[in-house]
Amino acid sequence: MSSTIDAPRASSLADLYAIAYQIEVDAVERYAMLADQMEMHNNPALVDIFRDLARAEAIHRDEICRMAGDFDVAAHARQTACWRIGESPESANLGAADYRMSPHHALQMALAAEQRALGFFRGLLADARDPDVKRLATELVGEEAGHVALCLRLLQRYPPPGGGRVAEDPDPPASQD
Amino acid sequence: MNANTVPACRAADYRSEVKPIWCPGCGDYHVLMAFTRAFVALGVRPEQVAVVSGIGCSSRIPAYTNCYGFHGVHGRALAVATGLKIVRPDLTVVVASGDGDGYSIGGNHFLHACRRNVDLTYVVMDNHIYGMTKGQPSPTTEPDFDTALTPGGTGLRPFHPLVIALASGANFVARAFSGNPAETAAIIVEAIRHPGFSFVEVLSPCVTYRPDQRAWKDRVHRAPVDATDDAARAARRVMTDDGFNLGVLYRGSRPAYAPRHDTAVTDSAELEREFEL
Amino acid sequence: MAAASSISVAFVGSGGAGVLTSGRLLLEAACAAGWHGLFTRCVGPQIRGGEAAALVRVAIDPIECHGDRFDLLVGVDWLNAHRFETEIPLGPGSVVISDPQAGDPPAIVAASGARVIELRLKELTTANPAWRGNMIALGAAVKLLRLDQDELADLIEKRFREKGPAVVAASLAAAHAGIAAVANDELDLELARPRATAARRWLITGNEAVGLGAIRGGIRFAAAYPITPASEVLEWLAPNLTRVGGSLVQAEDELASINMIIGGSYGGAPSLTATSGPGLSLMIEALGLATAAEVPIVIVNVMRGGPSTGIPTKSEQADLNIAVYGVHGDAPHIVVAPQSIPDCLLATQWAVHLAESLQAPAILLSDQFLGQALAAIPRPADVSFIGQRQKATTVVAPYRRYALTADGVSPMAMPGLSGGQYTAESLTHTERGLPSTSASDHHAQLDKRRDKLERFAYGDLWATIEGQGTLAIMVWGSLTGAAREAVAQLASAGHAVRLIAPRLLSPARPQEMAAALDGVQRLLVVEQSHGAQFYRYLRAHYSLPDNTSVLHHPGPLPIRPGEICRELLAGLTR
Ligand SMILES: Cc1ncc(C[n+]2csc(CCOP(=O)(O)OP(=O)(O)O)c2C)c(N)n1
Ligand code: SF4
Ligand SMILES: [Mg+2]
Repeated sequence: MSSTIDAPRASSLADLYAIAYQIEVDAVERYAMLADQMEMHNNPALVDIFRDLARAEAIHRDEICRMAGDFDVAAHARQTACWRIGESPESANLGAADYRMSPHHALQMALAAEQRALGFFRGLLADARDPDVKRLATELVGEEAGHVALCLRLLQRYPPPGGGRVAEDPDPPASQD
Repeated sequence: MNANTVPACRAADYRSEVKPIWCPGCGDYHVLMAFTRAFVALGVRPEQVAVVSGIGCSSRIPAYTNCYGFHGVHGRALAVATGLKIVRPDLTVVVASGDGDGYSIGGNHFLHACRRNVDLTYVVMDNHIYGMTKGQPSPTTEPDFDTALTPGGTGLRPFHPLVIALASGANFVARAFSGNPAETAAIIVEAIRHPGFSFVEVLSPCVTYRPDQRAWKDRVHRAPVDATDDAARAARRVMTDDGFNLGVLYRGSRPAYAPRHDTAVTDSAELEREFEL
Repeated sequence: MAAASSISVAFVGSGGAGVLTSGRLLLEAACAAGWHGLFTRCVGPQIRGGEAAALVRVAIDPIECHGDRFDLLVGVDWLNAHRFETEIPLGPGSVVISDPQAGDPPAIVAASGARVIELRLKELTTANPAWRGNMIALGAAVKLLRLDQDELADLIEKRFREKGPAVVAASLAAAHAGIAAVANDELDLELARPRATAARRWLITGNEAVGLGAIRGGIRFAAAYPITPASEVLEWLAPNLTRVGGSLVQAEDELASINMIIGGSYGGAPSLTATSGPGLSLMIEALGLATAAEVPIVIVNVMRGGPSTGIPTKSEQADLNIAVYGVHGDAPHIVVAPQSIPDCLLATQWAVHLAESLQAPAILLSDQFLGQALAAIPRPADVSFIGQRQKATTVVAPYRRYALTADGVSPMAMPGLSGGQYTAESLTHTERGLPSTSASDHHAQLDKRRDKLERFAYGDLWATIEGQGTLAIMVWGSLTGAAREAVAQLASAGHAVRLIAPRLLSPARPQEMAAALDGVQRLLVVEQSHGAQFYRYLRAHYSLPDNTSVLHHPGPLPIRPGEICRELLAGLTR
């Protein structure tokens, strides 16, 4: 199933703020969950990476709030920024996570999320009629493009581990309960 | 505090500080997200919700919510929830289970909960395996799936929970996929709102014992037709579909179970009358 | 003719002879005239038409057991009557009413030396087809016991009114025929006149008394699966819970019933289930859950012959081990045993109070004898226990459901209380209720659950302790009545005997028991189990005098007062 069908539309500046805000909120939630998972599963390198990503998205989220000014973005997001089907585009895919992931895999996950966000905002920009919406959409596209570029740069620093796959665990899983 | 002055809850308000023990990649994380989103959408306060479970990976979910929780023994969640809902009809009671917990050891309660039609929402995270105990086959495991306990597979036909729910009288039947938390949440919202016993089977991959289930995201699809109110038709559909048909499949209209109460409540001292000589 | 303080009557018959109706009407007739009494039944294995015996004991004082001997045995017919031989002991002073056309009475009648009176039932009913043999038998018994015949007529009228005047008339005529048939006969004993008393009395079974005690204790939710001999508890509770704003659910099995009441109690309603051995076995896992998650519940277990399906219709005291020790892990819980029919009310009410106060499961160990016996009893005094479930009303974040407290009991948040959210946890947990595998959490919570039970002030109700002396009888549950009667018999023979009957079987009370046993030199333990479970339990928890012996045998044989006396005295000379 495609990830962004039935996505909300930005027919006003307020809508676009709300959408952008919600995308970041969801992204923060996912990265925080992944950081917690890695903490629980003793993969400290990835805890740091996911916490950093969560922090970066949180800054972006707050930035959007600031740009929106007095208007209550969060409240408006609850009304309008809903993906009834699929997830908001920048959400990392929790289903792809693995406790033995390397930083490379984590960045691949982040890259995929950023690329989805970029594609999403480009689509909004193409559809935009209102000049204010156009201006903000352009800004957001630029922002996401920057994130994609950052991920790509970081990926060069963290090449894929041997074989490109997550490491094998020599121990069997534990039986509980 | 009255309802008007209490600020609306965000998804995070329904999460506890407890970090799940689930394997990263496990579908149950998404189900947890779907729960919290459903509660946000319903606007129900965390203290008005009870999440009741049995034993299994999936059954660990109550403590990860900030609702009232009950993590009981293996297979008995529906019974606990039934007692709770009967004495506390004011609460929203959601029951969480796995395919082992709900269909094997707790199978009998499943039949009777459907039949009794107490106003509960039953969410079964079905991964076709016993995750918690190292990957033994469950009633929904494919017959040729090899496990340590059943080398070469069980050779047994999998159990069809949706048909059984329909035949037993469940009032709302749906299938969801954990990887689509938004739709899963929407289905749970509808299930909770629907009176009587609502059954939501959530395909929720076990990435540790069933890595093949990572491919489920590419197999699932929306049901091509709308839900029916005809249980026989719904049963025929789910018996012939590919098992990856998602959405609400059946909406019934049986009234929910309500215990009989005498209108005139008697003082307990009155009850001894019948014994007087 | 000697005056007796009690007289025992048995009616036997088969195939719809209606002896249970005769027995019950005889008891009612006696009670209406001011006597006390007890009515129990023995039935064959058939659902309908089987042989049955109605055992009635009429007395001037409240009684709690059958006597050593039956004074009157009325055979409506003798088909399969030998099945009840051991349950209806006769002696040379006994009188047996027998129809010569109904075959010979069982061999024990002749062997006992009982005097036989002929009553031509078959002839009478053939000549008067509307008459029933059981009514003729009832009339005969009423005459021989010298009960009031007008009272009997009233009862018959009341009992059969619904069936129409013809049935009432025929029943009355049959009873009169029975009276006339034994006009010139007498028993060897004469029942003493009832004591004049204004006290209100009840006619009640133990199972009904349990139900009433439950509601008085505050039970408002029950879930259960039918089983003999516990079903009457449920049948009584079903309509009556509804009348007080509660409800009863028939569950799909006992696994469900106990888990349902755990759910109900978690939601705030004091909750109960009732069952018998096979059902208790199924409930054990969840009993441990209630202990671990600290959810108060009450399980009424009406014991029957075991193991497995055993003898569903007959009494035995052989579920003591499973009740006290059945749960896996160290799982302290409460076990309370009622000692008589009125005590079924008190003990149940107390069990609810203990469960609720201690947030722990309580098992009430009743048995078939108590449960299904119908007795006239003085109306029990109203009792109210102070103290109930400690509920959290305000919460300091983060709420610690399983907080370690001085008395081990932690205030319980009810769903709906804002800030009180917690997960009731079956896994070993922290004070917050979060799963833990650490030794320190495990030990702390084990200690907490043990201490709250051990530190509780149970008061005098923990045991019945009567009399003084160096001789003592230790007994529990339904045998307390027989032991008390044995003590009375021994007293009239000049022996002062102490009676000790713990009502609280778990947790053990070593200090209180030491005080109760202080000065005892000869102790007889009495119980109805094959494996001497009670004796072994006492040995495990208490120090007993050197001269201690045990009188035990399995059900369905009752243990009678005379046997207890003989055994206690035999131990003195051994
Ligand atoms: C009475 C009892 N029997 C067995 C177990 C062991 N056990 C714990 S979880 C489980 C299976 C769980 O499978 P499922 O319900 O599918 O949950 P999953 O872990 O797959 O989510 C078993 C057999 C137990 N805890 N209690
Ligand atoms: S074993 Fe399977 S079901 Fe359990 S947490 Fe891991 S992935 Fe999930
Ligand atoms: Mg499973």
